[in-house]
Amino acid sequence: MSPVDPVEPSRRQGLGTTHWPTIRARVSRTAASVGVATGAYGLSFGALATAAGLSVPQTCATSLLIFTGGSQFALIGVLGSGGSGVSGTASAVLLGSRNLVYGASIAQLLGLRGARRLVGAQLVIDESTAVALGSHATVESEASERSLADRAGRLGFWSTGLAVFLLWNASTLIGALAGSVIGDPRTFGLDAAAPAAFLALLAPRLRGRPAWTTAVVAALVAITVVPLVPAGVPVLVAALVPVVAVLAKRSAPGARS
Amino acid sequence: MTWASILATAAGCYLLKLAGLSVPERWLETPTIARMSALLPVALLAALAGVQAVATGTHLVLDARLAGVAVAAGLLVVRAPFIVVVAAAATTAALLRLLG
Repeated sequence: MSPVDPVEPSRRQGLGTTHWPTIRARVSRTAASVGVATGAYGLSFGALATAAGLSVPQTCATSLLIFTGGSQFALIGVLGSGGSGVSGTASAVLLGSRNLVYGASIAQLLGLRGARRLVGAQLVIDESTAVALGSHATVESEASERSLADRAGRLGFWSTGLAVFLLWNASTLIGALAGSVIGDPRTFGLDAAAPAAFLALLAPRLRGRPAWTTAVVAALVAITVVPLVPAGVPVLVAALVPVVAVLAKRSAPGARS
Repeated sequence: MTWASILATAAGCYLLKLAGLSVPERWLETPTIARMSALLPVALLAALAGVQAVATGTHLVLDARLAGVAVAAGLLVVRAPFIVVVAAAATTAALLRLLG
């Protein structure tokens, strides 16, 4: 849920080991530090959710049940600015569609069946995918032993997923309790914290011209239609930008980004 | 009303995660789908940031929020941590309102 890009997992400095306890310790340390980092971020979610008008139980249910940061921020952002529940849900689910791609990219590595797949699915988020793929790649490059790399990848997924789940939900509760005693969120600038949070989630994804162009055009389109459509809908209109851009590029052969 | 949105969003997001673990990866590997799915979060996050910075309901309002977001953007350029970025944006807006 913090801006970690699973496509380019950070290559940790290798210890050149094929020793499982060493690998296990290293992957667990990564998982714990990612969990702590997202915990801090859960505080701001809790506070912003109550500022947006959610009760403390609603805020906690959001983190427990939705459990994917970008979508949670999207939902409370739309609801808090007067948008309908339908447009809030639509924005949040659209943003959550990247987890579909993450799930597909680690499905084979995890090899989950039955009940374990049902449980594991809830933990498919930016961080668990990033650490799973990152651990797998690191061990594979060092040990060239496939079974060990797979084991590291699976440990990366479960340990990171569970660490984030635990700390994200605990910090959401603390943030919600703090936020609910604040009163008017504008006094503390919480209405500026919300767009800043979206910007921070966006920043690591701004690599390359297509991403920058999409971001600028989408923001301009959304702002332009604000006075014309109900609250919450501008974001959905902006979701069409990449669809149109990709289809237009495809129908223009030879055009490269 | 809020509960319905939370539960509907939770159901939708969970089913997407589960579908990811269940469908063959090649379904999502066609270049068109891959490019769209890479850019969709970018478009949504940029739109959310833009709208939340200047919209109040269906009106465009330029106020202390925008200064907060500008400070956040500056901090992101120097790779400040998430919590620092968010806190600085809130503090900037709050101080401006206190002064103004």
